[in-house]
Amino acid sequence: MNNIFVYIELEGGKVADVSLELLTKGRELADTLKVKLEAVVIGAGVQGLASELAKYGADTVWTADDEIFAPFRTLPHTAVMCGLIEQEKPQIVLFGATSIGRDFAPRVSSALHSGLTADCTQLVIGDHKDPKTGKEYSELLYQIRPAFGGNIIATIVNPDHRPQMATVREGVMRKEFAATPAAGEQRTIDWKKYVKDTDLAVKIIDRQIEERKIDIKGAGVIVAGGYGMGSKENFKLVHELAAVLGAEVGASRAAVDAGFTEHARQVGQTGVTVRPKLYIACGISGQIQHTAGMDQSAMVISINTDPEAPINKIADYAITGDVNEVIPKMIKYYKQNSK
Amino acid sequence: MNKPLKIVVLAKQVPDTRNVGKDAMTPEGTVNRAALPAIFNPEDLNALEAALSLKDRVAGSTVHVLTMGPQRAADIIRDAMFRGADGGYLLSGREFAGSDTLATSYALSCALKKISPDVIVAGRQAIDGDTAQVGPQVAEKLGLPQVTYAEEIVEIREDALVIKRRLEHGTEVVECPIPAVVTVNASAAECRPRNAKRVMTYKCALAKSEIAAAPESPAALPAAAKPALQIVEWAAAAGAPHPQQLGLQGSPTKVKKIENVVFQAKEAKKLTASDDDINSLMVELIASHTLG
Repeated sequence: MNNIFVYIELEGGKVADVSLELLTKGRELADTLKVKLEAVVIGAGVQGLASELAKYGADTVWTADDEIFAPFRTLPHTAVMCGLIEQEKPQIVLFGATSIGRDFAPRVSSALHSGLTADCTQLVIGDHKDPKTGKEYSELLYQIRPAFGGNIIATIVNPDHRPQMATVREGVMRKEFAATPAAGEQRTIDWKKYVKDTDLAVKIIDRQIEERKIDIKGAGVIVAGGYGMGSKENFKLVHELAAVLGAEVGASRAAVDAGFTEHARQVGQTGVTVRPKLYIACGISGQIQHTAGMDQSAMVISINTDPEAPINKIADYAITGDVNEVIPKMIKYYKQNSK
Repeated sequence: MNKPLKIVVLAKQVPDTRNVGKDAMTPEGTVNRAALPAIFNPEDLNALEAALSLKDRVAGSTVHVLTMGPQRAADIIRDAMFRGADGGYLLSGREFAGSDTLATSYALSCALKKISPDVIVAGRQAIDGDTAQVGPQVAEKLGLPQVTYAEEIVEIREDALVIKRRLEHGTEVVECPIPAVVTVNASAAECRPRNAKRVMTYKCALAKSEIAAAPESPAALPAAAKPALQIVEWAAAAGAPHPQQLGLQGSPTKVKKIENVVFQAKEAKKLTASDDDINSLMVELIASHTLG
């Protein structure tokens, strides 16, 4: 009772990175609260994951194993998750902010009449006093996220409703083995009492799953372009510099929205989170929406015509100048000096 | 021949957070909504197009927009009418203020129960919150199936829609029985433009509170005489059996703290675009094995 649940997402039979990242964070929260961490696996052929999940700190591994659960469909997963939550009454439930988590976590929250905070960038345990009633709450989950296009950071709490639920994007939390592996005790969900025939009404006719073509998450060096690159044509400069440096190309949301490059390259709250050893921000102003996804970079170089651009506050090197002038010079002097 | 569909589009008027200027925040650190233009949430326009294209394909169908917001949110209902919608519903009132996504979905689901549409279409998410929660939460409250991340309604079958979804790593085609809730991605077809003739007709469309607030006598307004120009307006008293689930008190999530974004102060080494500066930077990066 009152433990922490992490919904485990599967990608081609493997546990998704985001779920392991959530287990790592869940372990830390469980230790703070002195409760257990429980993983919930709903899928087909999902026995045998317990030892891996235990390494990341799962004390308990719940499984619902049947063909009806794969590929993912909203209603059967919602029914199992709601049923298990009502049975076990966890105080916190975490989901990946993926096309699966963002699809069904809101339904779970709606069914249980419990709050859900999307795309959290930090989760912390803390106390709360209601400013109106003066009522005090101890050890709530602070769900911290940028909001309003990234112009503010909001701390959200759910004082009176359980469970407290949150989604977190892939790459935002660190993935680490637990200091000591947990027990990973296997338990079977009696799912047949939760899933109704009508939950199977949506039929999957076809699926085309592509390998991830663009994956900038693991890149050591990222050259990212923003709206300040000016045009799709000019954005090629970013690709040129990246090619010379052996780097991946990233982009700000403004650049993606303007059609300069594809969404898979978007860094930030609504894109991917990256931690390269070097991040070169070209014509990126540095709104929090963007910096939330790259401020853990070991080194940041910014190129911006505006010396007051917010990106310069987190940059190690701030080059004041026009990208059209600076990028070709970087290419030239890199080639000259690397020989 | 399919039977006509009653289609409702869930839409939201949002501050344009994509073009935030220096005056977007007040000195107290709160959002200065007045300084931000109010726009039709971009993905809700994709949803409107999906709805209008269903109407085009199934003769006799109707498209209405349902929105919750202040009186000025009627602007997006008119905008939708300019683009082809038949009309709209405005949920407006103080009792809705401070709603989180769950309280919003409760209010919308109460209104939808009264309208009882065959298909509910919404944008995937709104740009002021980016939560993508309201569509699925409404579906759950109505006990309906949902299809999220819809890119195209491929086929209309008897009592079902075949929908192509755009996922992170590919696409999926599903058959979903109706009634259902469909949330539409930005990758779906763009909304058709405003039609000049429709603008001339529907610019006079007004909600009840707008008619009451107009300086002219109500009888002088075209909307008073023509039902087609009346935007339906509901307050909470009209149809929410559990008013305690509305607004701030109906919201399980509470904002504990709002912080203006303050960047960690870190002194950047300032460089110019000169050849010397760029050359020495590249030498330094290579020497420290950051590059190469």
